[in-house]
This record gives sequence, C-alpha cells and structure tokens, in this order.
Amino acid sequence: MLPDVKPDLKGSDVSKELTIPKLFLEKATLYGKDRVAMREKEFGIWRPITWQDYFENVKYLALGLISLGLEDGDKVAMIGDNRPEGLWAEMAALCARGIGVWLFQDSLIDEVRYIVDHSDTKFLFGEGQEEVDKAISIFNECPKLKKIIWDDPKGMRNYDQDYLISLKEVQDLGRELDRKEPNRFKELIANGHGDEVALLFYTSGTTSLPKGALLSHHNMLTMGRHLMAVDPCLESDDYVSYLPFAWIGEQMMSISCGLQIGYTLNFPEDPATAQENIREIGPHVMFAPPRMYEQMTRSVQVKYLDATWIKRKCYGLATWIGYHVADFKFKKKPIPWYWKILEGTAYVIMQKKLKDHLGLSRVRNAYTGGAAMGPDHFRFFHALGVNLKQIYGQTEVAGISVVHRSGDIKFDTVGHPIPGTEIRITEEGEIITKSPSVFLGYYKNPEATEKALKDGWLHSDDKGFIDDEGHLVVFDRTKDVFTLRDGKPFSPQYLETRLKFSPYIRDSWVVGNKRDYIAAVLCIDYSVVGKWADERKLNYTSYMELSQKPEVVNLIETQIRTANKDLPVAARVKRFTNLYKELDADDDELTRTRKLRRSFVEKRYQDIVEALYSDKDSVHIDTTIKYEDGRQSHIMTDMTIQTVEE
Amino acid sequence: MIASDEIKDDDILLELADIHMSFGKVSALAGVSLKIRKGEIHSIIGPNGAGKTVMMNCINGLYHPQRGDIYYKKERINHLRPHQRAGLGIARTFQKVEVFGGMTVLDNIRLGRHIHYKSGIVSGAFYIGKTDREEIEHRKFIEEEIIDLLEIEQIRHKPVGRLPYGLQKRVELGRALALEPELLILDEPLAGLNLEEVEDMARFILDVNEEARWKVTCLLVEHDMGVVMDLSHRVFVLNFGNMIMDGTPPEVQSHPEVIKAYLGEEDLYATRR
Repeated sequence: MLPDVKPDLKGSDVSKELTIPKLFLEKATLYGKDRVAMREKEFGIWRPITWQDYFENVKYLALGLISLGLEDGDKVAMIGDNRPEGLWAEMAALCARGIGVWLFQDSLIDEVRYIVDHSDTKFLFGEGQEEVDKAISIFNECPKLKKIIWDDPKGMRNYDQDYLISLKEVQDLGRELDRKEPNRFKELIANGHGDEVALLFYTSGTTSLPKGALLSHHNMLTMGRHLMAVDPCLESDDYVSYLPFAWIGEQMMSISCGLQIGYTLNFPEDPATAQENIREIGPHVMFAPPRMYEQMTRSVQVKYLDATWIKRKCYGLATWIGYHVADFKFKKKPIPWYWKILEGTAYVIMQKKLKDHLGLSRVRNAYTGGAAMGPDHFRFFHALGVNLKQIYGQTEVAGISVVHRSGDIKFDTVGHPIPGTEIRITEEGEIITKSPSVFLGYYKNPEATEKALKDGWLHSDDKGFIDDEGHLVVFDRTKDVFTLRDGKPFSPQYLETRLKFSPYIRDSWVVGNKRDYIAAVLCIDYSVVGKWADERKLNYTSYMELSQKPEVVNLIETQIRTANKDLPVAARVKRFTNLYKELDADDDELTRTRKLRRSFVEKRYQDIVEALYSDKDSVHIDTTIKYEDGRQSHIMTDMTIQTVEE
Repeated sequence: MIASDEIKDDDILLELADIHMSFGKVSALAGVSLKIRKGEIHSIIGPNGAGKTVMMNCINGLYHPQRGDIYYKKERINHLRPHQRAGLGIARTFQKVEVFGGMTVLDNIRLGRHIHYKSGIVSGAFYIGKTDREEIEHRKFIEEEIIDLLEIEQIRHKPVGRLPYGLQKRVELGRALALEPELLILDEPLAGLNLEEVEDMARFILDVNEEARWKVTCLLVEHDMGVVMDLSHRVFVLNFGNMIMDGTPPEVQSHPEVIKAYLGEEDLYATRR
C-alpha cells in the first residue's frame, strides 16, 4: 500500500518577496548533485538530470539571453514538445527577469503569428526544424522578434539565417558573460519581486481570439502552495510531464507545485510513447484533462472486447465489486468487512494489473479538470480504486481554485475551495473567486480586464451553485446551457460526456436549444470502429466512408440507446448523424485543449443541424477542406441521418 | 548513348563497365556502363522491364553478369558474393519489403548490424567480456543513429509483420543503414506509400546523404518523377537494357529522347504532386 501523506495546512503563506527564480536557486543549492530534478527518456534510456545540471543549464542560458540583449520585462516565447530544454528556456527567461509565453506545439502559423506579435515577443525558442520553419515564416511580420533559438539539430544543417542561433551557442555566450561578471546571475535573481509578471498565458478561448493573462510569480507560487497544502506530495515523488506547457495545468504541476516540493519531472521519449513511458515511471500524481482519462477508459473497453472468456469474466466480477465499493465511498458510508474482502479479491484478480498497464499503480491523487467529465468515466476510475478528483479553475487563477478532498468526493461537484481562496455565487448565479492567485489582468486588453476583475473578484462567466455540503457545482459556460421543451435548463455537455463513454464515439456535439427535441452530431473513433468493421469484413477506404456505412450508423444507434437509458424522455437524443470527419483544432472546431467551440461549429455545420430537425434522412455535403501545408481538397458526400428507435 | 561529364577517377565509388545480362533470349542489360560518384544521389529511371532491378541485383551480387566488369573503389568485385559485398559497404533495400515479419523492429535492425560483430562463438555463448561490450556499443549505435533518425521509437519492440507498410519500409531502410554502408541501393523506396510517408522517406534519404555523420552515396530506382528530380544529383535513364541518358535532372527533363521514352507517358508515371 502507498504511504498516507497527511495534509499540512500550516505555513501556507508565501512571502511577496519570493519569486520562482529565488525558489529555483534555493532548491538547486539544497539538492545539488544529490537529487534528480528531471529525467528524459532518450535513445531508449531514462537519463537523469540533477539539480546541479538543471541549475547550470538555466544559468548560462539566462546569461546568454542577457548577452543577446534581453531586458527586464521582455517576452520570451517557447514552442515545442515537453522536454528539459523547454523548461530550461522558461526558467532562464524568468531568471533573466523576462516574461515567459508558451505556445501549443501544434499551433498553426496564424496562431503563432498572432501570439508572437500580440505579446511583443523578443526571443522565440523552437525545438527543431518544424518550429524554426514556423518562426522563419512569420519573422518579417513580427518586428519585435530578434532571435530564434533552437535545440534539436536534426534537419538544421542548411539554415544560415543570421537571426537563428542554437541553444548551445546562447549558453556559450552566457559562459562568457559569467566569466566577466560572476555575480550577475545571482544579482538578477535577487532583484526580482513576487508581484512582477512571470508568465503571459494565452487562454484557449472557446468563443474569441486568445486573450493574454498576466500571471505574477506570487500568483503561481501561492496556487502551488495551496494545492500542495490540500494534497501534499513528497520530494521522492515522480511526475510525468507530457501535456502541453501552454496549458496552465501542466505549468501548475511542473512549476508551481514541482518546484515547491522538488519532485522529479519525467519527460517522455516522444509524444507517441507517452502512455508507455507513464507506465514505466508510475507517477505518484497526475493531472490531465478529461480526454486523457476518456482515452484510457476507451483503451480498457477495447482490450476487454478482445480478451478471452475467463479474463472478461474476471473483469466483470472485479468491476462489479469495484462499483459497489466506490458507491459506499461516494455515499460516505463505512465499507462492511465482507465488501473489504471482496475489494481485496478484485484488486488481486484485476485492478492491480490494469492499474499497472495504465501507469496508475502508484498514483496517490489523480486530478481532472479543464472541461466537464462525465459521471460514467468518473465512476469507472473509482471502481478501479484510483483516487480521481475533479478540480475547477482557470488560467486566470494560475491553475485551480477548487478541488475534491480525499474521502469527500461527489462526481457531480468539483469540491471545496483550496486554502486562501474564497468562492461566491453572484445573484445571477455566476461563480466569482478571490485569492492571492487571481491574475493581474489581460495584456493590452483593458476592457476584458475590467469585465473579469471587479473589486479583486475574478468573474468567471461560469454558472454554478454551492450545495448543502459546501461543494461547488459548476454548470457549463453561461452560453452553453440549453432550455428543453418543458422549459428546464439542461447541460449539453452532460449528454456529450455520456455519449463519449461508448468506446466507439470519440467526439460528440449535442444540439437542441429551444428546439422540439435533442439531436447529436457524432465523430466515430476511427481505430476502434475500424477494428470492429475489420472483424465483420466490412470494406472501407477512409474515415468518411466508414462513418457512413449503414452497419456503423446502426452500431452508433445502439450506443446512443445505452446512453439514453435512465434519462428523462425530454433529455434523450432523438436523431443523430455521424460527421464525415473528425473534429479538429486546426479547423477551429475545437480549442487547443480540445474543448468544443460550440458557436463556431453551429455556424459551420448549419446545414447539418437544419437537416436534423427536418424529415430528411440524409444531408448532402459539398465542401473544400484545407490541409496544414496549404493544399486543398474537395469533398462531396451524403451523411445519413437516423432516428433513434425507442 | 549521350556522354556524361568528365569525372575524376578518385571521385568514383562504383563503376559498371559494359555489363551484359540476359535470361535465355531476353537481354535485360545490353552493355550498360555507368559511374557513381561519392557523396551524390543517383537515380535510375526507365519504364517497367527496362532492367533497373536487374542492375541493382548485379551490383549487390544476387546476379552475376555474363559480360562486363563491376568496380567498387577501383577493385573488381565480379566474383564476390552478396555478403562479401555487404562487408565492403554496399547495402540495399528491396522493391517489395523483405523484412522478418515475426521479429521485432529492433531485431530486424540488429540483424543488419550482424556483419560488424567481431567477438567469437565462445564469448557469444556466455555473453561475457567482449561480447557484452560489443553488444552495448552496437545497441548505442542503433538507438542514437538509426531509431532516432527514422523516428521509430514508439515501435521498437513491435513485430514488424504487424506494422503498416510504410513503417515496414522504414524498418527495412533502418536495417540497411545498420550496416553503415558507403553505398546504399534503394529499390523503389516510395512505391506504395502515401503522401506523408513519401515526404518522410525523401527526408530520410536526404538526411543520410547530407548529414556529416552519414554521407552515404545513394543509388535510387524510383518512378515518382517529382521526388527523383528533386533529390538526385544525377539521373540515369534506362530503356530496354540500354542506357539512353546520363545527366543532371534539368538535362534529363529537357532531352527529347527521354521525354519520348519515359517522361512523356504522363498517365503511367505521373508524379504525385
């Protein structure tokens, strides 16, 4: 069993003087060569990087940036996969008194241009050729951009632009400066103050252009300290950093919490090997958006379908026990001794193995946030014995403000505020927050700042209420609440997550606001449905063709019927269609964190929505799609519309 | 035949001189001569049945030509068997992938490395001393130089037979590279790949040719004209056993005989772009 770590609510105050670099210096001096700060899997081997290595790399990089002309408050942007060099760049920018700006690795050129230009970025760190190509193509349009720095030499042999420089060369410049001014680095760190801006964070924005939230050192550090007061971690813990640094959740775990505790950050070999690498490390703490957990659930369900009879029986028995035990916990009832014995049996015959395969065998606390997670997924993990908690927060509070407490978990709520945080509900039902982590404002956008910050209270635009036990319940974004025929408000996200519990459905979009009935547009999971079709010897050549096969449409109908069960008749999906393509962030249909941009898809697929509310049984699609490299292709197809039989 | 530019002898890695090869009454190669320069990418184009694959097979020793000489680094290698030629630094991939489907990616690549293992049978049986050190050395090479280059980290422990065709081709290239060749013969490396895989493969070919670490001379047989003209330093045009042209891509593209014999057949050999 895992050691129990007791919450420590003492000493949760953070001095205003403290900055991220000061804390970094303190930890690096304390741990030196004796502790591993981070590991990266490279060439098939986990390679450790000690705090001493981490410190030196950051120091010379920071001084190198100073030699290149970085001044106080200059922006340094970073783009690339999760890797030590990415974090060094961020830390170096902060140590040199700059401001860090992270971009999503898969951002298209327009997004990179917008953020680099809007943030007045002076230095851009790109990982390798792909990122450098993006940066070069916007260089002339962003006059403030001075240098592009890269660290992976692969494919870089033919680049000779004078504004390109390698990370190693920057560090060499830093070494030179260090010889001339040996105290410069420490002076830079000592001059910092907690109220200074540390990060400029672009929010993913389901409705509009991204807004740049200014977060101070104090914001970040208090957030981490308060979360760690609720769910403490140990120095010896491991954390796997594989989600984009441009997502506040990853910053919170890697910087705000990681630096305060000093746990080891582990970077996967390649984004494609992340799941395998998580299993190898077996992290103690995990924070991921619901889609990662949905993916895990789907892979378990698919493996189940493939397993032998005896394995399926064991799984069935163990999950039956698991769900019962989880229900005792949800109801906060003591678990009778015979259920405890059964729980032990379930652990031995199934849970232990399955948790190991998912990389969850050592997880003390697993968090999910950033979007709504359905109760089905939530219960699934508790039935496995994983202590999964919902959190609520936003970029504007440097991460999170509300979290479930161990032993007090309700899957329809997000829990209690963390220490130092006050949550209130306005008369209109809007959730407002006050805490030392509330951000400083939006960069170059006073109107938005004024709207979001009133008397120190952060207005979230989310609706919710506080239940009898003090748990916060969050509805969706104000605009995303539907009114049913009988006039009752209803959350489409609830239905969407319910539909996504089927392994065959990857994405769902529910429509029906002020309509006669609810309808859904679904994206099949290509690999799962593809395998299902292979087994039935159904031929198909593309996602588009597979999604429209009558057999597949019928399969999806049975899945919807399952999801419809137990729902009031008015809230059931009546008609649906399988979309001819997957929803994609590159097409602006999803945000970079994979949240549905409802108003955008409503406009884009207006014809489909209209057809769902007519008596037609198909809708004709004639459209042009654009690939990432600019090529275009013309698509013509008919999408089947089906009514779900009662 | 149209004469090629004058080449200094020192630059020549491989030379075919008046090669004749026939199967019964069918003459597959009728007196073909060519010179391959160090460090360049050469392509052979020609319609189906032109003798391209026969020529590849003559170079790596699967076939022995009835007449003519093959020189590798000025040494005549006609009599050498395929594994001896591999030992000299000639590696190849095949038109239809010839991988060991039941073995993992790593084992397939290791097999290409076999030729560099020096330790003896006794040391190998006990896996001690020299064998142990050698194994680590070779594994390091495979990881750092091949798996990293070809970006196949996520499949290193997967059986090759269960991988998609595009990845199998990549593994086969990996196995050829494990030999650390000086001359790499690629027989239709892009056939059957989708656009993205073609772009990846073209990049790998450029990488092994240009990167200081590799500097491999490549001989390519390929139908995708877009890629051939983009990548190659020199192009040879073969037509029914005869070399009809040897020149740079622009020279080849503008030559009337070549257009007539090959490039003109747009429907058959249209490029993907």
